[in-house]
Amino acid sequence: MSAPPPLLRVAGISKRFGGLQALDGVGMRIGRERIYGLIGPNGAGKTTFFNVITGLIKPDSGTFELDGRPYQPEAVHRVAAAGIARTFQNIRLFADMTAHENVMVGRHVRTRSGALAAVLRTPQSRREEARIRSDAHDLLDFVGIGELGHLRARTLSYGDQRRLEIARALATEPKLLALDEPAAGMNATEKVELRALLERIRARGVTILIIEHDVKLVMGLCDEVTVLDEGRVIKEGEPAQVQRDPAVIEAYLGRAHEAP
Amino acid sequence: MAPGARPSGGPGLLARLRRDPRYRPAVAALIAIVLLVLPFAAGGLGSAWVRALDFAALYVMLALGLNLVVGFAGLLDLGYIAFYAVGAYTFALLASPHLTDNFPALARAFPGGLHTPIWLVIPLAALFAAGFGVLLGTPVLKLRGDYLAIVTLGFGEIIRIFLNNLNSPVNLTNGPQGITLIDPVRIGDWRLDRAHELFGLHLSGLQMYYFLFVALAALSALVCVRLQDSRLGRAWMAIREDELAAKAMGIHVRNVKLLAFGLGATFGGVSGTLFAAFQGFVSPESFSLMESIIVLSMIVLGGLGHIPGVIFGAILLSIFPEVLRHTVGPLQEQVFGRILVDVEVLRLLLYGVALVLIMLYRPKGLWPAPQHGVARTPGAGR
Repeated sequence: MSAPPPLLRVAGISKRFGGLQALDGVGMRIGRERIYGLIGPNGAGKTTFFNVITGLIKPDSGTFELDGRPYQPEAVHRVAAAGIARTFQNIRLFADMTAHENVMVGRHVRTRSGALAAVLRTPQSRREEARIRSDAHDLLDFVGIGELGHLRARTLSYGDQRRLEIARALATEPKLLALDEPAAGMNATEKVELRALLERIRARGVTILIIEHDVKLVMGLCDEVTVLDEGRVIKEGEPAQVQRDPAVIEAYLGRAHEAP
Repeated sequence: MAPGARPSGGPGLLARLRRDPRYRPAVAALIAIVLLVLPFAAGGLGSAWVRALDFAALYVMLALGLNLVVGFAGLLDLGYIAFYAVGAYTFALLASPHLTDNFPALARAFPGGLHTPIWLVIPLAALFAAGFGVLLGTPVLKLRGDYLAIVTLGFGEIIRIFLNNLNSPVNLTNGPQGITLIDPVRIGDWRLDRAHELFGLHLSGLQMYYFLFVALAALSALVCVRLQDSRLGRAWMAIREDELAAKAMGIHVRNVKLLAFGLGATFGGVSGTLFAAFQGFVSPESFSLMESIIVLSMIVLGGLGHIPGVIFGAILLSIFPEVLRHTVGPLQEQVFGRILVDVEVLRLLLYGVALVLIMLYRPKGLWPAPQHGVARTPGAGR
């Protein structure tokens, strides 16, 4: 009996910043269509890990495999092409473009028309353009901001900007959607809505990796979690299990004055 | 609220005219009529005015090209005029007696002299300028803002200094004297610099050039509009807004930036070719840093990244000196009996004042892209 290979398999990731060992041999296996949480106290290396697997930071060592195929996280744009899309902790939208255009940019990596086709407006490029438009509309509808497409991204409310960033990431047709603190700064209602959205995304067959500080949200939402502390994995497993683990409790409560 | 629906009160008349498709043919017809009548009206005032219009059309092409780089892709380029120079010298060398005079071997190969038709040189110059654009783009890919501006400024100066000094040991550019006797634009047997009777109208050479330049400027604008509303145009804007996020969306930033440099340079190369043919003479002093700055001022003044604004800025700043020449000089003579301040000095002073005022009161330019909508909920993010 052989279980299907995990969607993401990374191992032995290390990264040193000067005197700080930010990541020390971190590995992770993420199963398909799961919502996978990455938690840990501040400074544990969560965001560094995120940046490494999405190509923003070059690791000192590590092996990377997505969907059974090794990928090189060196070139950021290739990570997106390979099937990992991400959002940012401090939202990074294309602020002066409309919400609709933001999502259209997300389609870039799955479309082809070049400069010449654009200038000549070839039938093929026109079809593609129409497709990009309607796909982007559908995604805005999907995340629940369909009526805001014509507004500039910078004018959207905070929660809507978060949704837009998710729609833009989904436009790249990711296999793995990596969300860096998507609930940061959200109120209770918005968190409930976010949770529903993430579950709908999973239902579309997208696996989700999520960094989150809100332990309640993570415990309720995630199928599995990994706990990082000081650049090492200290525990992984189902949320309920992890929650009772003495090492995890120590990592959080032992230094509670450092926790958020 | 349906997408595109607007609160009552609505946008201004101009925006309505632009956006409502019902008015579009009427607006286009109006613009066409103005463009057709303009050279004749200007011809009535004197040929200097027609000449100013010709240059305005050339500057529109230049400004549109620079706008691809600076306005769309957000890459500040202070050496843009170098591409104009590349185009101008390409035509100057291929369609003047300069090379055959200096290289006997070439004179023997072309006993009738070098008279490459401009229609061959335009694509060649476009390619050549694009090559220079990529050449400039490659080392500056990682630079942004001020640093990029300094390097591109240096590049522009390098090209000018080369042109100034490549008259020895081999006389390639004739140095500061420049190249003269460049062929005019020919369409079949027509020389565009001569007067012609057309449809019962008498057209001077300047007016003939006007129609050619305006047609090409319109074509340039069409190309820019299409690029803007394309996958590539969006990628440029994404890079301008947030390079890292653009990368994370799978945009190959290096290639897309090089395309911006290359395509922008193409516009410069083509308009340079036309400039050489129009003037019949080129010299390095036409391609100074000041020219780069003037073209940049045009797009900043008009509305960075907004095509109608850029065209407006180019026309405004290229006609303005002519207006100044015809008003300030006579005015000073009337008031003071002599000319106190040279028009050229005054022009630069007014440019400076205009740019300061624009930055203070209309930082997005005189005719910026329309702003879409407002926040749905109060207190929304910046």
